[in-house]
Amino acid sequence: MNEYIIELADLTKQYGNYTAVDHLNLTIRKGEIFGLLGPNGAGKSTTILMMLGLTEPTSGRVRVCNWDATRYPIEVKKRVGYLPEDVGFYEDYTGFENIVYTAQLNGIGRGEAAQRAQQLLNRVGLADAAHKKAGKYSRGMRQRLGLADVLIKNPEVIILDEPTLGIDPKGVQEFLSLIVQLSREEGLTVLLSSHHLEQIQAICDRVGLFVKGKLLAEGNVHTLAGNLFTSEPLTIEARITIPVTSVVTVNDLQRMLQDIEGVLTVAIQGNTFQIDCARDVTSQIARKVIMAGADLNYLHKKEYGLEDIYHHYFKEYESYA
Amino acid sequence: MKAMHDVIAIADPIMMKAKTIITTVRNTTTPLRAEKRIHPFWVIVHKEIADHVRSWRFNILVVLIALTCFGSLYTSLTALTRGSKPDAVTDAFLFLKLFTLTDGTLPSFTVFISFLGPLLGISLGFDAINSEQNRGTLSRLVAQPIHRDYVINAKFTAALIVISVMLFTLSLLVTGIGLIRIGIPPTPEEFWRILCFVLISICYVAFWLNLSILFSIRFRQPATAALCGIAVWLFFTIFYQLLVNMIAKNMEPSIMATSEQVIRYQQFIFNLLRIVPSQLFNEATTTLLMPSVRSLSPLTMEQVYGTIPSPLPLGQSLLVVWPQLTGLAAATVLCFALSYASFMRREIRSR
Repeated sequence: MNEYIIELADLTKQYGNYTAVDHLNLTIRKGEIFGLLGPNGAGKSTTILMMLGLTEPTSGRVRVCNWDATRYPIEVKKRVGYLPEDVGFYEDYTGFENIVYTAQLNGIGRGEAAQRAQQLLNRVGLADAAHKKAGKYSRGMRQRLGLADVLIKNPEVIILDEPTLGIDPKGVQEFLSLIVQLSREEGLTVLLSSHHLEQIQAICDRVGLFVKGKLLAEGNVHTLAGNLFTSEPLTIEARITIPVTSVVTVNDLQRMLQDIEGVLTVAIQGNTFQIDCARDVTSQIARKVIMAGADLNYLHKKEYGLEDIYHHYFKEYESYA
Repeated sequence: MKAMHDVIAIADPIMMKAKTIITTVRNTTTPLRAEKRIHPFWVIVHKEIADHVRSWRFNILVVLIALTCFGSLYTSLTALTRGSKPDAVTDAFLFLKLFTLTDGTLPSFTVFISFLGPLLGISLGFDAINSEQNRGTLSRLVAQPIHRDYVINAKFTAALIVISVMLFTLSLLVTGIGLIRIGIPPTPEEFWRILCFVLISICYVAFWLNLSILFSIRFRQPATAALCGIAVWLFFTIFYQLLVNMIAKNMEPSIMATSEQVIRYQQFIFNLLRIVPSQLFNEATTTLLMPSVRSLSPLTMEQVYGTIPSPLPLGQSLLVVWPQLTGLAAATVLCFALSYASFMRREIRSR
């Protein structure tokens, strides 16, 4: 048994001269929630289409659930649920009828399909709207119906292409927690593409950064930050107020902080000190400040979020390109 | 710690086995009755037929075609009852006159079919693929475990079934009403001829259906696809004849030309006309419904001289129109092949 449920090896897709996906190597383990992160047009959707055998790679190999997706797309599609970007439904059919149809296309008999459809609609919170025409559904409801539609075939992997596009923030949160819950309960592997950092950060175990058909980096958010900023100085922010009675001046303090081993620069903006340092010297700074008789209001080591990682990688890539 | 790990490792397969047993038990007990599983292809066909039958478009067309059909039946009945004494030959096939005779107020049933058939075909197919694409359902559909060609095959099959049922019903209705009105039952030969006529009509409509499915694959907007279908239809019914007439006038052989040259010229003009599917259809149906038609090409006096004006048997009539039938079938298959090829190679993205 292979522990990887999705394996992409040297995957390339070219449209004429344009390379949409460029020698992509990626593996995803069973039960993982993987986030594919990148700006629009980075080749995320093309990669997903190749995983489902919906388009042929120019070169390279895709294996999903131990099947070659290019040669045996049917086997792959039996096991993989795919929610396309901006999914559509037959508008004059009810939500219930729509997913019963999908179930029947997957070879599930009518009675069983109806039973499962009802269960899933309850699960995604569409029980009340099950017999409303899908044309009357709101955007968020449509996405949830899409999730039910994807799950009705009892998949091992679900692939969601920009699933949160166009839903309001509350809806996004509900939708994402629904995905996490389903994934944990059913042991599903989830592949999620998005260009929204916070959302990916909130739910994904691992993230792949994708720009212009290349995977720039992959790993969880912390390792990504670690890889990225090891060469970079650490930034510590401190707000310090100096009492009027105190003998030390701002400049004295600056000099004292500068003297700590490892500190590179100290910049001052009003009460806030920006301290760049090579190592983590937070405790020394705190000690110095207190001993100098100043008041330390707050001390904050700047953590790099996905946003910073994102911008950093893209900037680097852009300058490199 | 290691021992415990091993125990878990051993226990795991056992658990797995237990799980599979449980699931198999569950699977064998839960189905309420012996579930009939329909093949995914027929699932799509069912849905498509349901969509057609429920759509306004199809119902309007049915009403339109039924009306013209009964209108033409009425005119042929009045023509039959009022008409001059038919001669002995055609009298034998009186029943077929229901489909071809007219008193001049309305065209006959066959002419109506040749005129409205394309409209029926185009209207059932022009939004087959592009509307699914625009609604975003196509990418969801092809992500299901079905072969991609099921989508167009099923759409074609569904529309063909709908058309067949409709044409058979109408023809049998006309036959039935005619039977009641004129009181003469059709002979078996007449019945077979009517059946052949219906089959050819279905093939003819299928051609237009395929053409419009092809347009629906090519063009993103259903309106464009519909307009293209209608444009082709109008071109063939109106302008093509005009064009052929112009060519014919310019190429007309002089009065001094030999009969061979004249025949070759006539043949050429006929062949030009036969590029049009409706021409093929008209030739095929007239030959089948009028057994007295013996040839569809020009005949010389020597060839006609001495023939007895008797009707042809069905087999011979079919033989006369065989090229027309193959031509019609070939055009249909060609359109289908083109749409098949372009659909299979297409990359389907969402919207």
